[in-house]
Amino acid sequence: MYKSTLAQLSIALESKKISSEELTRLYIERCNKHNNSLNCFITITEEEALKKARQADKKRASGDYNLLTGIPIAQKDIFCTNGTKTTCGSKMLDNFVAPYDATLIKKMNDAGLIMLGKTNMDEFAMGSSNETSFYGPVKNPWDGCRVPGGSSGGSASAVAARLTPAATGTDTGGSIRQPSSFCGITGLKPTYGRVSRYGMVAFASSLDQGGPMTQTAEDAALIMNIIAGFDEHDSTSTEKPTDNYTEKLNNSIKGLKIGLPKQYFDENLDNNVADVIENGLKELEKLGAKCVDVELPHTELSIPAYYVIAPAECSSNLSRYDGVRFGHRCKEPKNLSDLYCRSRQEGFGKEVKRRIMIGTYVLSAGYYDAYYIKAQKIRQIISNDFQNVFKNVDIIAGPTTTGVAFKLNEKLNDPISMYLSDLYTVSVNLAGLPAISVPSGFINKLPVGMQLIGNYFQESLLMNVAHQYQKVTDWHQKIPQAYE
Amino acid sequence: MNKSMEWETVIGLEIHAQLATKSKIFSGASTIYGAKPNTQACAVDLGLPGVLPVINEQAILMAIKFGLAIGAEIPERSVFARKNYFYPDLPKGYQISQFELPIVSNGFIEIVTENKKKKLIKITRAHLEEDAGKSNHDQFNGCTGIDLNRAGNPLLEIVSEPDMNDAKEAISYLKKIHSLVRYLEICDGNMQEGSFRCDANVSVKPTQQKELGTRAEIKNLNSFKFIEAAINHEVERQINLITSGKIVIQETRLYDANKNETRSMRSKEEANDYRYFPDPDLLPVLITEKTKKIVRELIPELPDAKRMRYQNELGLSEYDSDNLTANPDIANYFETTIKVTNGNAKMCANWIMGDLSASLNKENMNIKNSSVTAKMLGDMINLIKDKTISGKIAKIVFEAMWNKEGEAISIIESKDLKQVTDLNEIGNLIDGVIAENTLQVKQYKNCPADKKQKFISFFIGQIMKVSKGKANPIQVSELLKERLNS
Repeated sequence: MYKSTLAQLSIALESKKISSEELTRLYIERCNKHNNSLNCFITITEEEALKKARQADKKRASGDYNLLTGIPIAQKDIFCTNGTKTTCGSKMLDNFVAPYDATLIKKMNDAGLIMLGKTNMDEFAMGSSNETSFYGPVKNPWDGCRVPGGSSGGSASAVAARLTPAATGTDTGGSIRQPSSFCGITGLKPTYGRVSRYGMVAFASSLDQGGPMTQTAEDAALIMNIIAGFDEHDSTSTEKPTDNYTEKLNNSIKGLKIGLPKQYFDENLDNNVADVIENGLKELEKLGAKCVDVELPHTELSIPAYYVIAPAECSSNLSRYDGVRFGHRCKEPKNLSDLYCRSRQEGFGKEVKRRIMIGTYVLSAGYYDAYYIKAQKIRQIISNDFQNVFKNVDIIAGPTTTGVAFKLNEKLNDPISMYLSDLYTVSVNLAGLPAISVPSGFINKLPVGMQLIGNYFQESLLMNVAHQYQKVTDWHQKIPQAYE
Repeated sequence: MNKSMEWETVIGLEIHAQLATKSKIFSGASTIYGAKPNTQACAVDLGLPGVLPVINEQAILMAIKFGLAIGAEIPERSVFARKNYFYPDLPKGYQISQFELPIVSNGFIEIVTENKKKKLIKITRAHLEEDAGKSNHDQFNGCTGIDLNRAGNPLLEIVSEPDMNDAKEAISYLKKIHSLVRYLEICDGNMQEGSFRCDANVSVKPTQQKELGTRAEIKNLNSFKFIEAAINHEVERQINLITSGKIVIQETRLYDANKNETRSMRSKEEANDYRYFPDPDLLPVLITEKTKKIVRELIPELPDAKRMRYQNELGLSEYDSDNLTANPDIANYFETTIKVTNGNAKMCANWIMGDLSASLNKENMNIKNSSVTAKMLGDMINLIKDKTISGKIAKIVFEAMWNKEGEAISIIESKDLKQVTDLNEIGNLIDGVIAENTLQVKQYKNCPADKKQKFISFFIGQIMKVSKGKANPIQVSELLKERLNS
């Protein structure tokens, strides 16, 4: 049962093969058993989950239920949950319990999904390896010596090890897609503005976007049907009507034009990964898609532009953690300045401080034009590049990452090399486009993801292509042996 | 340089007008003044992790209204920016404001200087921003209390060019803006509650010098009196500095009303680098011609136009018109009484600026809360006009109305104040007085013509006294002369 997808669990509950309570207990047991080694949960909400599961069973019995009522799910610890602590992977928020639910959480609660717990993550979502978490690194279930990716590493690891059938993540520069690729699961970053950011602790507001991390594209579509949509509490969420994301999953992709950016297949890409992606593309061609070469000429500029804009926004977004109203406060502050300095010094980790420093610097008088304004111009150019490509193709395909999951500590002290591992994902955030990472093969028993990028609000098409691909491949069904 | 040379003062003002919206600029919390600390601050105002601002459209419309009223440009697109600095009463560590693209730019307003000359004051910009909370350093024994009720209140910051040359001009500009925002109903103008505050940028230079002197910014000015005093004090301080060979440094100074002095708060070197950048949580504000047209139609008759109308159409003096239009509540009151009395402008003006305003001042009350409403006053004036009561008796009636004893007509009846106009009755009164003052009647008859008026006044006084003021004085005077001369 624990290998089941959301779609399968929905049928199992409907046909009363299992109750929500039994199902929830099953996953809670798996969480409790494996969390010590994987460290993918910061909080497991066992009692609350079982209580909700019993309620769900009653609802199902009474006929008042939704498709996913009673199915467990894990939430990234970046989403505020009323009554359960929300740490964002930081000592700063180790004691923080939000008095409200994030819109995404509320929608999932309303749909009857049951939260198993809050997943580990890079501190304030800043990191690509989950090593910056105050709660310690998460392990990759495929190889305990390797990172699960980040920042949504806890969610990716938990889904890959089937401690939960699905999870949520957030993606600012690749934080859903890269860990999905490293852990062999399916992860969708929706169009910026498609899913409300209200209640999602902000890292870089113009880039952050929440989305599903699941076993299959079909499951991602089921979750999108719940979480997508306009939110009056988020001015940057779009009023454009949502799709029914499951409706088009079974459309034929015959005639689909796929653009392959030359810049995604250059010397930065690991040869083995290139082979896996080429095999994946061959499968899509077999389904009737046509691949054409395209150019995204400014891809390399995306990393420097991203590492100006994201830190600039984060330096401002994280100013509220000052020890005054909530979060970590230093002991016996001597004066106001001491309160600020020590609370922040003690509460934030190294990577967060690094980014606050960079962000503060690039926004400073005299540097603003040279860094922030220039980065915004590059951002526009990168968006334009994508729009030029989408004039001629339906979707873009390529690798999600330059290589497979790296070893713990391998890049921790080399931030530049860590940043460069996001090469294929950050430009998508800069442009605000949707993209999905789909399991496409293995290199030395480590999963590799293929990234499909769509034009604005083309989530349906992306999940349709991914679903068709998953119907003819079984990479997404592989489970690391230790968790079988 | 010495004190006796000619100095020129240059003043620019930044006004913070709190917009009269029901809820805050980026949250649904109430803006009502005076609630218990921190009871009007929601998750958004507290800057909790994950919350997002949503613009209050009323605030946008009010800013547009102001812009249109000062002949300013309202650009199609304006942008909210974050002003970053740390302070405990600034929950997010940044204030959402506007920087490069404000909602209003390049307006102007006309003031009248002390020597009755008209002068244009340019308004560089007006932008929307959120207020910070309040720090209370006094009540917590070495600790600071933070009240976030005010955090997120909508402000319109109105920035003038340095176009004013003395404290009087600054006050005249301020009063003009103060009156305007109240007419537009976008700010209640309450300075005690901080709904209308002002910072002044002041510098001095020898008159013949072209370039401006170094300026100091004076903060914490919350009454016209203090603003005038603070500017005058600051001008003197700067001239003293320069004439004693020292220099003025660019700094922010705080005005202390108790000591009537300004003192340094922070110098330019200590000034924050606010690291402004566009707020990624808010979309640019887009304003269409259609919106502007709708807002323009909501603008009422403004004080300048009203003043001219009072003079030209109602025949009031410049003094009366100025007084009646300074405050929209007074103007509204005045216009209602005119309506009730069918256009007796001068009489209405006299009553409002006389007895009514004296009573209001005595009890420090706003005309809006007057126990004598415009309708009541108008009705009373009508009773003077139709001779039911005399102007003198009306003062008694007014006082009774002020004391909430009822409307004019019922007071007149219950107090029996109706004017006596019956000629027989008046004749009887006169006869009685003549009979009791035979000596004076004799003296009257024998004195030369130029002394007679003295006796007439005496008799009228006596008659009015017996009639308890109710006899119609004109009738009394005519009839009396008839009797005495017969």
